[in-house]
Amino acid sequence: MSIIIDPTKIKPYGDTLDDGRMQFSFSLPAPANEQGKEAAKIVLSKMGLDEIEICYYKDLGEGFTHFIAYANTSVTVDLTTIKVKTVETPVMDMKETEEFVENNIGRTLTVIGACIESDAHTVGIDAIMNMKGYDHRYGLERYKCFNALNMGAQVTSEELLAKAAELDADIILVSQIVTQKDIHIKNLTRLIEMAEAEGVRDKMLFLCGGPRINHELAIELGYDAGFGTGSYATDVASFIAFHYAEKK
Amino acid sequence: MIQLSIDKKKIENARAHAKEIVTSLDWLLQDYTSSTIERTVLRLMGIDNAIGETPIPNIVVDHLIEKKAIERGSAYWVANAMVAEGKSAQEIANGVAAGELDLTAIPAQANEAVMKALDELTETMLNKIKAQTKYREDAHKKFGPRKKPSLYVIVATGNIYDDVVQAKAAVREGADIIAVIRSTAQSLLDYVPYGATTVGFGGTFATQENFRIMRKGLDEVGEEIGKYVHLTNYASGLAMPEIAAMGAIERLDVMLNDAMYGILFRDINMKRTLLDQYFSRMINAYAGIEIQTGEDNYLTTSDAIEKAYTVTASQLINEQFALISGIKHEKMGIGHAFEINPTIENSFNYELSHALLAKTLLPNCPLKYMPPTKFATGNIFRTHLLNGMFNMISQMTGQGVQLLGMMTEAIHTPHLVDRAIAIENAEYVFNATKNFTDEIEIKKDGFINKRANTVLDEANEFLAGVAQKGLFNAMAEGEFADIKRTEDGGKGLKGVFKKDANYFNPFMERMKAELNLN
Repeated sequence: MSIIIDPTKIKPYGDTLDDGRMQFSFSLPAPANEQGKEAAKIVLSKMGLDEIEICYYKDLGEGFTHFIAYANTSVTVDLTTIKVKTVETPVMDMKETEEFVENNIGRTLTVIGACIESDAHTVGIDAIMNMKGYDHRYGLERYKCFNALNMGAQVTSEELLAKAAELDADIILVSQIVTQKDIHIKNLTRLIEMAEAEGVRDKMLFLCGGPRINHELAIELGYDAGFGTGSYATDVASFIAFHYAEKK
Repeated sequence: MIQLSIDKKKIENARAHAKEIVTSLDWLLQDYTSSTIERTVLRLMGIDNAIGETPIPNIVVDHLIEKKAIERGSAYWVANAMVAEGKSAQEIANGVAAGELDLTAIPAQANEAVMKALDELTETMLNKIKAQTKYREDAHKKFGPRKKPSLYVIVATGNIYDDVVQAKAAVREGADIIAVIRSTAQSLLDYVPYGATTVGFGGTFATQENFRIMRKGLDEVGEEIGKYVHLTNYASGLAMPEIAAMGAIERLDVMLNDAMYGILFRDINMKRTLLDQYFSRMINAYAGIEIQTGEDNYLTTSDAIEKAYTVTASQLINEQFALISGIKHEKMGIGHAFEINPTIENSFNYELSHALLAKTLLPNCPLKYMPPTKFATGNIFRTHLLNGMFNMISQMTGQGVQLLGMMTEAIHTPHLVDRAIAIENAEYVFNATKNFTDEIEIKKDGFINKRANTVLDEANEFLAGVAQKGLFNAMAEGEFADIKRTEDGGKGLKGVFKKDANYFNPFMERMKAELNLN
């Protein structure tokens, strides 16, 4: 006998099909005692969970307590109806992209990258652009088919667009690492609105990336594509290559 | 303690090259000043407050720049006006800010009277700083020294009052050092914001008020649990010495204060940064504040194996810059990091080798060891394990300060519980492996020892090259972190001034004398 999964009604899986078992870790401004534990249970219960087991709690000081819990959910999800926007172009390695661009576009594409506005963290843009790349994938600077410029951190939208105009850029690549109080949304919106006001939005490809960015959000903000955690230079380069080949 | 087998001559050579690099910049450090150094002097004279967003020290220094009088130093002009008008430094500065006073139009007063006014102000402020140093020393006498490795955690809510709650909780969990993360945008501000921060992004501003609020919170919880808790912030960016001065006044204990970080990673002009770090480190030295350096940044930008030697080279350069500012080795938190790709076979051996090399080169420094960040993926379980391995190396190699890795690195600024779990991880590993290294030795012909020697050889060669061509040229060629910076490029150059023959900085003079510098 084998287990039969109904894709129209999937549930979290612990160790038995449809057990709905889930793992939780959170803190509450409540004491580390039976009263606090009960409060944690009620939180989970109000979320519609049952079979709640607070398996661990610990005093965090200042009146806070950490709880680890397991509980069952009864909700099900219909996998067959879910459609998400993702970057759907195939992913090629550096050599394939270089050949693809040469054969299908026939010119070098200029990419300008920056970590914009208040954000001072270059780790994302560096991972995608730097010659050395990240995790065994070379960055865009290494690609023969790209003329890549990494402007670094704290680049204002004004500076970025001015540089793009100066170099007649084909692609703008923006990284946002800091996401506190949704500052990344504000920064990304500012850039795209400015590009629209200057009438350059459709002259270039606008791409963005960062830990809290996905393709769907990027599209919603008016970008052409978004790359979240786990994206590499190869993802970005392939998207650019296919996009320009199609446009041609 | 495990030992590497390294020829002492190699270490001496590398250090000699670093010394040559630093001493060749003496012309800059002795003959120039900067706008923020002059604002620091004003702050130390007791001038504070802001008009709108603009701090009064900025208004006064800008006034002197406009009048082409800054070359004499801001101290003289304000003191001269104080004597002439019979007012306090703050009153004089307020007059300038209100547009009522032109400091350069006031007739020159008797030199002795001006010097006397400056002496009094210098004495007052230096006594205040000494009292803070004494408070720290007394607190350590009462509660004992800081643990080693110390547990260093960050708070970064963007609201200083929330930060206090989180910091206090972390202290109760076992944290020894609290770092209040600075708003990412501050390094490029050519002033120090004023007042308390309640809405910051990626941190709060380093302001004197924020320093005061957090200091009070940490003293409270420290008294309660019987520990003197160290507070750290960032003396970096375009207002580096001003932040150092504020830290000295408000009794910070540790300051991020790298010699070259601003140049490479924030594109601040090299002359400006080197001048600013010279005075800010002197203030830190005077106030008994431990500095920390940012070598981890080389590894987040470049490959941690291939560019390991740049960390070593930077450590030795940072050491020399610190020494000429009067910082003692026991207050030199030279940095490095655990940033090798964890999928590499034997990555732990590499990390151990690199960490041991840092400790071998700088045995008396409270080395600051930075956690894995570059390969933290959002898989909190894996990151938690990486942090455990990182903690083990720290214990094995006798690091001074362990900047705790958060399992939620790459996801968000630490939640309350993230910090608690990180502390638990470190305490477990430190305790479990406490005397482990008493039982083992590093093989002389083994990988770890050979690797450390290779890195040192590479650093030696690199430092020799930099010494030969000079630090400025080496930076222009992108020798550090593959980033090219030119002598006259970057931000803040217009705030660099050549001192005239009458230049006077009473605080620097006194600090140099008391720290026995040249």
